[in-house]
Amino acid sequence: MHIPDGYLSPSTCAVLYAGAAAGWYSALKRLKRALLNRVIPLISVFAAFSFVVMMFNLPLPGGTTGHALGVTVAAIVLGPAGATLALSIAIAIQALFFGDGGISTLGANCFNMAIVGSLVAYVVYRLIAARAALTSRRRVVAAAIAGYLAVNAAALLAAIEFGIQPIFFHDASGTPLYAPYRLSVAIPAMMIGHLTFAGIAEAVIAAGVVAYLQVADPGLLRATSGLAQDASLESTELRPAAHSLRRLWIAIAVLMLLTPLGILAAGTAWGKWSPAQSPHAANRAPAVSAPVPMVPQGLQRLSKLWTAPFPAYAPAFVRSHSFGYLLSAVFGVGILLCLSLLAQSMVERYRRRGSSA
Amino acid sequence: MSGFLESTGMGFARAITQAMLSEKTARRRGLLQSLDPRVRVVGLFSLVLAVTLARRFAVVAALFAIAVLLALCSRVNLLTLVKRVWLVVLAFTGVIALPAIFVTPGRAIAAAGGVNITEQGLRTAALLVLRVETAVTFTTLLVLCTPWTEVLKALRALHLPKEAITMLAMTYRYVFLLVETTTQMFESRRSRRVGVLPAAEQRRMAARTAGVLLSKSMEMSNEVYLAMQSRGFRGEVNALSEFRMTMWDYAGLLAFLLTGGLAAWMGK
Repeated sequence: MHIPDGYLSPSTCAVLYAGAAAGWYSALKRLKRALLNRVIPLISVFAAFSFVVMMFNLPLPGGTTGHALGVTVAAIVLGPAGATLALSIAIAIQALFFGDGGISTLGANCFNMAIVGSLVAYVVYRLIAARAALTSRRRVVAAAIAGYLAVNAAALLAAIEFGIQPIFFHDASGTPLYAPYRLSVAIPAMMIGHLTFAGIAEAVIAAGVVAYLQVADPGLLRATSGLAQDASLESTELRPAAHSLRRLWIAIAVLMLLTPLGILAAGTAWGKWSPAQSPHAANRAPAVSAPVPMVPQGLQRLSKLWTAPFPAYAPAFVRSHSFGYLLSAVFGVGILLCLSLLAQSMVERYRRRGSSA
Repeated sequence: MSGFLESTGMGFARAITQAMLSEKTARRRGLLQSLDPRVRVVGLFSLVLAVTLARRFAVVAALFAIAVLLALCSRVNLLTLVKRVWLVVLAFTGVIALPAIFVTPGRAIAAAGGVNITEQGLRTAALLVLRVETAVTFTTLLVLCTPWTEVLKALRALHLPKEAITMLAMTYRYVFLLVETTTQMFESRRSRRVGVLPAAEQRRMAARTAGVLLSKSMEMSNEVYLAMQSRGFRGEVNALSEFRMTMWDYAGLLAFLLTGGLAAWMGK
C-alpha cells in the first residue's frame, strides 16, 4: 500500500501533504497537552515497534503470506493521535533511510495509512468494544474488525488517489501521465488484494496482540477502553473531547446567529426548487436554473405530501425575515438536540441492561 | 519450507544489510559524498520533484541518465542499483503498467491475442515505469550516499520541527534494538521447536511475539524517558550544527537546482 514516487501527480502529492500536515500538527498538539515531555520517547519507541511489526511476514489462510501495518495496535494502545504520529514516523523512516515508499508521496502514504488508518481503527474499535471489560472476548473481535476495516479504508483511499490521476492528468493525446487506470479499474484492482489478504493480516495481528495483552499486560488496553479516567493516555483522548465539545457549542451558537445571512443569497439553492419555482422564470440566474427543463411529474405529485411547519425557514406569524431565520435555526438545533439526547439515553439504558445481565 | 520465523528473520537480515551497505557507500570518496548533506538532500529532493513534474518521456529519460551518471561519479555499485532498485521496480511497476498497454483508449498500433495495443497505452506504461525507476534511483542515491545522522542534520537545517527530527533519530536507533530483540526471541523459539508448525500456530506465534515486543517497547519508552529526564531533558531539543557551506557546495546546489528547474521547464 506504500505508494512510490511517480504514481501521483505533484498537485495530488501537495494536497495530501497539506492534509497530512494538518493531521500531524493536531496530533502533536493533542499529545503534548496530555503527555508533555513523554511524547518524544513514547512515540519514537512505538514507531520503532510499528516498523518491526510491519516486517512480520505472516502466513495467511490459503498458503500466501502478508504484512500487517500495525496501525490498529497503535490506535488501541496509544489512541488515534499517538498512532498517527508513530505510524507517520515509521513510514518516514522507511522512505528516508531505507528508500522504501516515496519522498514526494510521503504525505499521501501518511495520510492514508497513519491518519485515516488510525482514525478508522480507533473509531471502529471503540464502537464495537463499547464498555466491555478489558478481558472481554468482544475486544478481540473489535480489534480484528477494526484492523480489517482500517487497512481497507487506507487501501480505498490509495485506490481513489490512483484512479483520479488519468482523469485530471493526461497530455493532449489522452495519454495518462501518472497512474494510468481510472477509478473503475483502480478500485477493484487495489481492493481485491486488501479485502482478501492485507486486511486479514492486519486483523490477525490486531486480534492476536489484544488477546495476548488481555492475559499478559491488560494495563496497555486501558488507555482507549473508555473505562478508566485517570490513566495519562486516556486523558489524551478525553480532555480534547471535552474541549472540542465546548468549541462545538460555540460554533453552533455562531452559526445560529449567522443564519440570517442566508437571506442575502440571491435565487434558490441548486436542486431545492419547489414546483412553483419554474426554471423558466425570467428572474432566475441561468446557472441556477439550467438543469431542469420542466417540472418533473414526481416532484409535482410529492410536493403535496408534506408541508413544513416553518415554510421557507420562517414561521408565518413572524414578520421579520431575519428573525424568522434565527428562530428556525434555534428550533432546528433544539429538535436535533432532543433527538440526540433521546438516542443517548436509549443507548445508555441498553448498555446498563447489558452489563447487569 | 520457510515459516514465519525464517522469512521474517530474513527480512530483518536484509534490512540490516541494507543499512550497513548504506553506511559503507556513504564513507566512499565520490561526487555526492563530497557535497554538504544539506545540498545532497535539497538537490536530490528537487530532482525527485522534477521527475514527477516532467510530462515528456525524453526529459524523464534524461533525468534517468543523470541519475546513472551521479551513481557512477559517487562510486555506487551499479549492480546494487540493478538488484535493489531497477529490477524490483520493473517487477512491481512493470506488472502494474502492463495491462495499461491494452486497456488505455487511443490509436491502435498493433494487436496481440485479439486485443489492441494502443499508442497511448504504450506511452503511459513506459512513462510510468521510467518515472518510478528514476525517482526511486534518486531516493536510493540519497540513502546510499548519506549517513542517516547527516540526513537528520540536513532535515534540521531545512527547518523541520525539532521534535519530528528527534523522533526520527530515536526511532531509527530503536528499530535496530528492537530488530535485535526480536531476532533473539525468534532464535530462542527456534531452538525449542521441532518440525514445521501449522500456519494457524505460526499466526498465533506472530501475534504473541508482537504482544511481547509491545510490552517491552512500552517499558523501554518509560526507561528512555527517565534516562532523558535524569540528563536534564525538559522537552527542549538542542542540537549542534556543524555544517559549513563551501564554494563547491554552492556550485553543487546551483547545478542541482538548475538541472531540476530545466527538466521541469522542458518537460512541461
